[in-house]
Amino acid sequence: MSGWVLRRALQAAVTFLVALAILFVLMRAAPGDPLLRLGGDRPISPKEIAVLRARYGLDQPVGRQLTAFVQGLVHGDLGVSIEYGRPVTALLTERLPATLLLGGSVLLLNFTVGLWLGVRQAVRRGRREDRWLTTLSLAGYAMPSFWLGLVLAWLVGIHWRLLPAAGMQDPLLSSDAGWGVRAVDVLSHLVLPVLTLSVVSIAATMRHQRSAMLEVLRLPYILTARAKGLPERDITWRHAWRNALFPVITLFGLWLPILVTGSVFVEAVFAWPGLGSLAAGAVGNRDYPLLMGTSLLVAALVVASGFATDIAYALLDPRVRLA
Amino acid sequence: MRPVLDALAAAWRHPQGRVGALILLIVAVAAIVGPWLLPDPLSQPDILAGSMPPGLGHPFGTDQLNRDILSRVVTGARISLGVALLAVALSMTLGAAVGLVSGYLGGVVDAALMRLVDGALAIPRLFILLLVLAVWERVPVLALILLIGATGWFATSRIVRAEVLRLREEAYVRAAEALGARRRRIIFRHLLPNVVGPLLVTATLAVGDVILLEAGLSFLGLGIQPPLPSWGGMILDSKEVLVSAPWAGIFPGLAIVITVLSANLFGDALRDAVDPRGA
Repeated sequence: MSGWVLRRALQAAVTFLVALAILFVLMRAAPGDPLLRLGGDRPISPKEIAVLRARYGLDQPVGRQLTAFVQGLVHGDLGVSIEYGRPVTALLTERLPATLLLGGSVLLLNFTVGLWLGVRQAVRRGRREDRWLTTLSLAGYAMPSFWLGLVLAWLVGIHWRLLPAAGMQDPLLSSDAGWGVRAVDVLSHLVLPVLTLSVVSIAATMRHQRSAMLEVLRLPYILTARAKGLPERDITWRHAWRNALFPVITLFGLWLPILVTGSVFVEAVFAWPGLGSLAAGAVGNRDYPLLMGTSLLVAALVVASGFATDIAYALLDPRVRLA
Repeated sequence: MRPVLDALAAAWRHPQGRVGALILLIVAVAAIVGPWLLPDPLSQPDILAGSMPPGLGHPFGTDQLNRDILSRVVTGARISLGVALLAVALSMTLGAAVGLVSGYLGGVVDAALMRLVDGALAIPRLFILLLVLAVWERVPVLALILLIGATGWFATSRIVRAEVLRLREEAYVRAAEALGARRRRIIFRHLLPNVVGPLLVTATLAVGDVILLEAGLSFLGLGIQPPLPSWGGMILDSKEVLVSAPWAGIFPGLAIVITVLSANLFGDALRDAVDPRGA
């Protein structure tokens, strides 16, 4: 077991290093000079470019640049943001909690409502309810998150004035408000972004749960349970679902890229102060160090969650350890 | 070609698959002929009139520059579908090539290619594209197609590789090897035709993903550049008139939902036809 964990950890480390190398090559091999963008409409003189190159270390050979970058990374230094003029690491740590709150809430919804719907579909396989749920969840999956976000912001936020459609806190809230009031305030800001991201992502969870459940439902022990005359509900939830839950755990690793991608758009639409809106803003400002830092953090999160998923899967289900 | 035609026929017999295929056909025909029948999507008959709500002359209304939204949505279909089809064709070619070579040759080549794919899959595709596309002030359409295509083959190569690993143990491949067939002949004659089915399913589902991806990039200002109409770009423009002219954003969004949903319904039906286990 420990040998397996070690091998898997090594594999994760290699994957991250390859991702790092890919990002670095993309940054350096991209056609054109990113520094020309910095001036906006104002043309930049060659002299200024030379100064900028020296400042960002771009006058060094590529090999030296890579070593410098990795050295900085090891020390938690990802460079300085062009737009904010502050260390990228500081910006990322500042923005991470808001994204975790948003992503965590979406995950929670997916792993409750999504799983429940998936199980229902499997039990009613091929019937009208199953077909409609599939089509509906696919329709959600086909929606651009930024479009659904704008529609909800317009309808719920502006037209009906039911919920706040921007930000994470009410700027007019008095500074001595109790934590209960603050929590309600943040929660009300959370509803629309979470709803948007959940609608566009729940199809994946439902589909995985449905097919995992179908695999289990055709096993002989389910037939035995039916033959014993157990109530259908017990068979579904106590006998079948327990075994159909494990495959869904692997979904968690696949899930993170979808979530992060969606949050770029949803956070931009709802002005949610997380990593996604940070990345979207960095694109507009051509803030390369910030864009690179965000991509690296995301890659690290993806690799780590894949690793954690595999370990959890192996701990929960002894059968997979052999594989 | 035979298995492909069989799969397409089976998907056509599938109710959802047929609905998806029919809607896709309608969208494709509209995208091809529509721009000839409708007013110029760039013309602004009366710019001071501002945006008009949906009505007789303009079924979808007009945007803030008084351009006809219906003809912009239809021209946008031509652009979105064109970009998606070309990019997916490129991705599938690359994915099939890497998967076939990696799976059949094995060894160091396989290990190296698959570590590269692992690393690439750790970075969400959107982030790779943001980094590369941000270089341009105005992204050229050809660069957009090539880059979306070049970042879409990682998962496909894994699917093809897994299929090849299974196939290469089959008796007929062994027999061909024993008869002294060359690697190239085995890859093209014996392996490629058998991965076409899974490849077709992957491609169909990828079309929907790429339409969403291109719309997202255009929404962030890194995709199709104005004044060329694109669905994502129209939604971006509509942000400014969200309250006064909501129709400007609603119709292009609906176009995306309908097209992507149809592609995915058809793709699902194809998957059930090629691999009936999950149905």
